[in-house]
Amino acid sequence: MLDLSLFIPRAVMQGMPLLYGSTGETISQKAGNLNLGIPGVMYVGAISGVIGAFLYERSVGGAVGMNPALTILIPMASCLFGALVMGLLYCFLTVTLRANQNVTGLAMTTFGIGFGNFFGGSLIKLTGADVPSITLSATSNTFRTQLPFANTTGVIGKVLFSYGFLAYLGIIISLIAAHVLSRTRTGLHLRAVGENPGTADAAGINTTKYKYLSTCIGCMIAGIGGLYYVMDYMNGVWSNDAFGDRGWLAIALVIFTIWKPDIGILASILFGGLYILYLFVPTGTNLAVKELYKMLPYVVTIVVLIITSMRNKRENQPPASLGLSYFREER
Amino acid sequence: MNRKHREPLIHLSKRKELAWQKEWGIRLLAIVIALIVCAVVTVIVTGIDPIGFYKTMVAGAFGTARRRWTLGKETAVLLCISLALTPAFRMRFWNLGGEGQILIGALATTACMILLGNKLPAPLLILIMVLAALAAGAVWAMLPALCKAKWNTNETLFTLMMNYVATQLCAYFIIVWEVPKGSGKIGIINQSTEAGWLPIIGNRYLLTILVVAILTIAMYIYLTYSKQGFEISVVGESEATARYVGIKVSKVIIRTLLISGAICGLTGFLLVSGTDHTLTTTLAGGKGFTAVMVAWLAKFNPLGMVLSSLLLVFLSQGSAEITSIYGLNQSFGDILTGIILFFIIGSEFFINYRLHFRKAAK
Repeated sequence: MLDLSLFIPRAVMQGMPLLYGSTGETISQKAGNLNLGIPGVMYVGAISGVIGAFLYERSVGGAVGMNPALTILIPMASCLFGALVMGLLYCFLTVTLRANQNVTGLAMTTFGIGFGNFFGGSLIKLTGADVPSITLSATSNTFRTQLPFANTTGVIGKVLFSYGFLAYLGIIISLIAAHVLSRTRTGLHLRAVGENPGTADAAGINTTKYKYLSTCIGCMIAGIGGLYYVMDYMNGVWSNDAFGDRGWLAIALVIFTIWKPDIGILASILFGGLYILYLFVPTGTNLAVKELYKMLPYVVTIVVLIITSMRNKRENQPPASLGLSYFREER
Repeated sequence: MNRKHREPLIHLSKRKELAWQKEWGIRLLAIVIALIVCAVVTVIVTGIDPIGFYKTMVAGAFGTARRRWTLGKETAVLLCISLALTPAFRMRFWNLGGEGQILIGALATTACMILLGNKLPAPLLILIMVLAALAAGAVWAMLPALCKAKWNTNETLFTLMMNYVATQLCAYFIIVWEVPKGSGKIGIINQSTEAGWLPIIGNRYLLTILVVAILTIAMYIYLTYSKQGFEISVVGESEATARYVGIKVSKVIIRTLLISGAICGLTGFLLVSGTDHTLTTTLAGGKGFTAVMVAWLAKFNPLGMVLSSLLLVFLSQGSAEITSIYGLNQSFGDILTGIILFFIIGSEFFINYRLHFRKAAK
């Protein structure tokens, strides 16, 4: 039988990077930018954070001299910076130069994953370790500091309070994003830009500003997802290609949640659970079936995509101008 | 004084059409600038001298006869996938599922080789393999197409998800058929009997290259001179117009995606039966996505795609050589490819739009 007190915390930790990625992508898509570069952005965010943490750990010479505030702030700042640069690049190409969003996104994913693995590989070489990975346990321990009562409250503590602060931050960010998107004027403008930039432009909304802001903020949020994966889920161990296809899963999650970040909180945990279900389901000697279990998140996404399009409810559709560049003088 | 009504510094307008010499001139310029930036980045990161950089790149792609053949084969494979995606793209149907359609075609091919190998005469077996691969790829592309035609389901996201379903399906069968048990690999299929292997003409790669060459010309004719090709363009330009002139849009979408998926399936067949003789989940290796860029760079013109696929393969082979000679990490090639793509993507802007600078005050 499935041991839920073991399974749920793993599912949550597996789901959090997806939550960050999908919240970021949702904000970007709501403004009409289908950013297929998110997998690359998450790699860049993760490796930038790792580089920051690595340099800091080296400069103070180990865990003893490390200031907890700086230990958190330096990787966070470098992660956000890396992701922001990627976001700016995407916006410059698709918004200012009006390039095709699919092509730009795919190129960014190629670049981002290459960037992550190259600098990851270089750092590994620098440390001269025998194993192909970097371990930043001191930084990771600070990131994974748990609430003091997590270990004393039994199963509830384990399921609800046993995570590092980034997990809670992810949930807060999604709640804020959901609120801003659906309840504020800014969100209304942003959605207007995503639905019909021509009309939004005519109404005096600065479409360029909204597209830049939403995509850059979205990229930064997604970048933290990469950092969470390394510092929290992997206990501070970076190894090349470990992040895998989670970036694409985050994009799948955007559809699954029908563009609502607050639904994403539970949905990401569900996806996280589906992603690792194969580890918990007893299959005996039949290893092949495990591979079919890994298919589940994608199949579920496809089903949701088809059902939402079949029901054709207006509020559940993708933003109308998703993936299209806007040029004012085009009729 | 009159600040409010000042003309903006730069004003954009859409170009009508640019002479092809100018168009390719702009692209070439972008590639040259990109190569310079790449060299600068390489020098900063690794300290290689820039001239050695270019020399190594060219040598890596064209250096020996074997490398030229590899270059030709890789170009052919990439071109084949781009050809497959093009009819869909011309219709503005973003088929990002090339990866999955190739894998599923490869899976069908593999299934025939393993289950029917040695039981049928070679020509019949290969015929069945081709048909199975075509059908598998077509089905994989048709699911999103049916939903698009019927309920206007977002095809970009649907085809993207289908890739991973195909990958896991392949992973499943690889373990079912693994040789030896527990290795997680299929190994070379029918190594002793060579059943289901494409015959070798000249050398291992020539047949694949020839097939793709014929396909390129056929696709060019299909898209430019046939009625169906014209219908695809009309649907891509405006669905409303297509409906108005009596084209059945849903029929065109499904028919085009059948073709698109079938050719992807064929690519899978060529890879398994022609060159690799085995199945892995990384068989397509991201080419399904690279092909999107190849097709787009050539403005969905099959003949132009010969050049753009050659360019991208040259870049990846060249940078692979750089990484191996200078002992860099493999991924450095991806960074270089990424930089060059960004420049080419950016250069399209100057092909499509004209900049008018504000005239200096008199």
